[in-house]
Amino acid sequence: MAETKYTEDHEAVYVDGDVAWVGITPYAQEALGDLVFVELPEVGKSLSKGDEFAVVESVKTAAEVYSPVDGEVVEANDNMPDDLELITKSLADGGWIAKIKMSDASQLDGLMDEAAYQDYLKTLD
Amino acid sequence: MSAESKIVEMMEEDHKPEHDGDRGLHYEENLLWEKEHSDSSGVDLPEPAGLKSRTGVAERGNIGLPQVSEPQALRHFVRMSTWNYSIDHGFFPLGSCTMKHNPRLNEKIARHPKFAHIHPMQPESTVQGALGLIYELQEWLAELTNLPGVCLSPAAGAHGELAGMMTIRRAHEQKGEIKKRKIVLTPDSSHGTNPATAVTCGFEVRNMPTKETGILTVEAFKEALYKTDPDGADVAGMMVTNPNTCGLFEKDIIEIANLLHKAGGYFYMDGANFNALVGKIRPGDFGVDVMHINLHKTFSTPHGGGGPGSGPICCTDELAQFMPVPTVVKIGDMYKLETIEDRPESVGRLKGYQGQFGMHVRALSYMLSHGADGLKRVSEDAVLNANYILRQLEGDYYAPYADQGPCMHEALLTDKHQKEHGVQTLDIAKALIEKGFHPMTVYFPLVLPGTMLIEPTETESKDSLDRFITVMKDIANEAETNENAADHFHSFPHSSPRRRLDEVKAARNPQLRWKPA
Repeated sequence: MAETKYTEDHEAVYVDGDVAWVGITPYAQEALGDLVFVELPEVGKSLSKGDEFAVVESVKTAAEVYSPVDGEVVEANDNMPDDLELITKSLADGGWIAKIKMSDASQLDGLMDEAAYQDYLKTLD
Repeated sequence: MSAESKIVEMMEEDHKPEHDGDRGLHYEENLLWEKEHSDSSGVDLPEPAGLKSRTGVAERGNIGLPQVSEPQALRHFVRMSTWNYSIDHGFFPLGSCTMKHNPRLNEKIARHPKFAHIHPMQPESTVQGALGLIYELQEWLAELTNLPGVCLSPAAGAHGELAGMMTIRRAHEQKGEIKKRKIVLTPDSSHGTNPATAVTCGFEVRNMPTKETGILTVEAFKEALYKTDPDGADVAGMMVTNPNTCGLFEKDIIEIANLLHKAGGYFYMDGANFNALVGKIRPGDFGVDVMHINLHKTFSTPHGGGGPGSGPICCTDELAQFMPVPTVVKIGDMYKLETIEDRPESVGRLKGYQGQFGMHVRALSYMLSHGADGLKRVSEDAVLNANYILRQLEGDYYAPYADQGPCMHEALLTDKHQKEHGVQTLDIAKALIEKGFHPMTVYFPLVLPGTMLIEPTETESKDSLDRFITVMKDIANEAETNENAADHFHSFPHSSPRRRLDEVKAARNPQLRWKPA
C-alpha cells in the first residue's frame, strides 16, 4: 500500500509508483489559514530537490512549496485554483498540488513517515 | 441569553446599513452612484452644438456619471473621510511603518509660497534657493549615513530599493561580472520588497534563516555565500534591513559585510528602520555600499494616505557614478540639476524632475529644527519607548527575542500563549479596535507564526504608551480567563462601523467594479 511521507517544510508526499503526488500537511494549512490563491507549476518543468514549484497564499501570508525530489512535473491540479478547499482533502482525494515523476525514488528515504512527522511537530513552537 | 450576547445582538440591530446607521452624528455613506439622483449638478455646461468629434464618434451617449450638486459632492467625501484613521486621531503602533507625528512646522515651511508656487520647469537660475535646499538635504543625508553619493529622486522606499539595486547591477556590468553574479542574499525576516526588488533587477534570491536568533549569524551568512561557489563569486550582493524586522540590531554586520566585500558582492541596506540609528551610528561605517532612506518615516514627512513618499538613496564614492540622475551639484556659487550627459555611467532617470520636492522641504525642516543633537535624541527616545512596551508586555505575551537584551525601535510579540485558548493574533488586533486602538502590524515578520510588531515611535507620551499597555494586558487576561475565549474574541469588533470583515471572501471573490444592483 502506498504510504504518505512528510518533509520538514510540511510538504506531504503520496507515492504512486515512480510518481510523487505533493501537497501540504494539515499543520501547514492550519498555520496558513484559509487559502486565497494557489500558483501551480507548469507541466513539463524539471525540478531539483528543494526547488520551489508552487506558491500557496492566505490572507496572512504567502508560502512556497518545495519539491521533495528531483524530477519532472507531469500534472498540476488545475481544479485547485477554483476550488481552494481541495487543499484540505487527503492527497489521494484531490489534495495534491502537483504530480512529479521522480528520477531518483531513493530520495524518498530521507523523508519522514507519519509517526516521525508527528514527533517532529511536537518539537515545533 | 447572556448579557453580552444580548448586547451583541442589539449592536447588530444598530448597524443595519442604509442610513439607519446615521446615529450620534456618525454617518453611513453610500457610493455616489447609489445616491438618489436629481437633475442637479455642480456645473452646468451648454450642449456642444454642431461639433463632430475628431475621433469620429459623432454623438456621445450618456456615460452615467453621478449627478450631484456641489454641497452633495462635498458632504460625500467629507463623510467618508470621517471613516479614516490617522496618526492625527491617535496612537498608530504599526511596526515597520513608523507612524509618527508630522510636525506642523514642516507643513508651514512647505506651504511657503516661495516653495509651493515654483514650477519644476522654471529656469534653474530662478530656483537657486530650491536647488540649494535639495543640495543641503543631500549633504545632511551624506553626513548621517557616511555615504557621500546621494540621489533624492526616488519617490518611495521600494523605489529607492529599485534605484539602489539597479546601481549595484550597473557596477557589476561595468566590471564585466554581471553574467556570473546572479544571486542576491536576503534574510527570511526581510521586507517582501527586498526579494521582489532583487528579482525585478534580474537576480535570483537566496534566503538566509534567522529564526533561532532573530538576527543574521555569520554561520548562516557563510553557508549562503559559499553555497554554490567556494569563493562566493556568483553572489552579486545582499539586502539586509538593520535594525531588522524583528526590531533587533544586526550585531555581526561588520564581519558579514567584510566577508561579502571579500567575495566581490555589494551590501544593500534597507533603511526603513534608520530612525533607530540616526545620529548614533553611520551605515557607511559598518560596510553598507548603498541604502535607501524613507524620508516619510525617519524624517517625519507624511505618509499612509497623506504622502507622497520619498525614498532617497545614499551610496559610496565607488557606486555614486552609477546611481540615478539627477542629483543637485554645486558649481561655484550656482546649483544645477545634473543630466545624463553629466554622468553617462548612471543607470539613468527613474523619476520626473527632481523627486518629491515638498517632502525634501519637510525633511530638511525636521532636521534643522531638531539639529544634530535633537536627531540623536529622537533615535534614543524611539528605542526607549519600544523597550518600555516590550518589558511591560513580555509577561503577558510571548516575546521571542526578549531574553537577548534590549530591542531597537520596535517590539516583537507573538500569540503563542493566547493560541492555547483559541485566540489568535487576528483576534487580538480586532479586540484592540474594539477597545479604541489601531492594531499593530500583524503576521509580519514571517520568521515566526502569529507575530505582532509594535513600533511606538518617539512621539508618543508615556501616558499614551501606558494606556495601550493596559489594554493589551486586559486582552491577554480576557484570553486566559474567559471560559469561552475563542467565541468571545471572534465576535470582535462590536462598535466599529463594520463588524468583522470576511477577509477570505474578499480575497477569493473580489468585486473590483461596481455594478448596478
